[in-house]
Amino acid sequence: MAKLDLNHVDGIYFDVLKEIGNIGAGNATTALAQLLQTKVDMKVPKVALLEFSEVGEAMGGAEQIMAGIYQAVEGDITGSIMFLLEEKSARILVAKLMGMEEVHEGEFTEMEISALKEIGNIITGSYLSSLSTLTNLKIISSIPDISIDMAGAILSVPAIEFGTLGDKILLIQTAFSDDVKLDGYFILVPDLESYDKILSSLGM
Amino acid sequence: MGEMIKVGMADLKLCKSPDGITTLGLGSCVGIALRDPVNKIGGLAHIMLPDSTKIQNNSSIPKFADTGIQELVNQMVRAGAVQSRIVAKIAGGAQMFSFQNKSELVAIGERNVEATKKKLQELRIRILAQDTGESYGRTVEFFPETGDFIIKAVGKTPKTI
Repeated sequence: MAKLDLNHVDGIYFDVLKEIGNIGAGNATTALAQLLQTKVDMKVPKVALLEFSEVGEAMGGAEQIMAGIYQAVEGDITGSIMFLLEEKSARILVAKLMGMEEVHEGEFTEMEISALKEIGNIITGSYLSSLSTLTNLKIISSIPDISIDMAGAILSVPAIEFGTLGDKILLIQTAFSDDVKLDGYFILVPDLESYDKILSSLGM
Repeated sequence: MGEMIKVGMADLKLCKSPDGITTLGLGSCVGIALRDPVNKIGGLAHIMLPDSTKIQNNSSIPKFADTGIQELVNQMVRAGAVQSRIVAKIAGGAQMFSFQNKSELVAIGERNVEATKKKLQELRIRILAQDTGESYGRTVEFFPETGDFIIKAVGKTPKTI
């Protein structure tokens, strides 16, 4: 069985993780387009294995305000998945989904929070379903939870999960765009056994 | 005014007056500011996990409350601080999401705070002030000159403890 050491991910393992990121983000884009009933383009995702200290910077600074939608992952693999959106992107998406003419400023309303959770749920759901198809593993996600706060603070949660495994965090950055550019990030945190399961199910 | 030194996640650094030291966006992690009030040597640690002995992959010293605090104290003493004079202020340890249902990660913020207090007690370092728990992120700034520990959160007025 393949054994993954997160401190030494290189070559073919990295390519596999990157490809999962690509396919997953592709499906997520389709889901987003259906949700918004508009054409959505996606840039090729960037996959990076970062030091904890670099994560905040990668998202435009640790104090950048973001919406983080977090779900536990169960089934054949266990862990969690997080989808992050910059605050501005989150506001635009919510306005589009709710059919509002203008982007609402100030504190997010309860309705908007629910809409964001649903967006996160659909996007991570399509991401996970492509991972599931690819690996033939059963993957179920829990009810989403949300935090709108500084990037560093939100990221401390998956970072701590990664922290139990190694000293780095795997980040998939995706830029979606239709008439405006939306920056989103995925963080998938399978526990160590699940990583091995994913890789071996892919014949690694 | 001195410089502002930045400390990242799972990181620690020394700071001497007149410089200040900061760490951005503490979530469930804990920021530990230490200071020798006599010679104004200080330092800040940003720890992620409570206990290095509970984890296999534990080579990173600043990542854990037990090893991180010990290391910061050692560095301060080497820089001229006297351990019996060192005092602490701590912040962070929030629960960012209401559900975190993986058993070992339940209330990790709270566990980080507890481990921090335990280690400080073991080293006989008194905690002068703290701003911990709740459900929001914090940016902290510490000034060894005065001992001021400034806490900033989204949508809140900054406070000095």
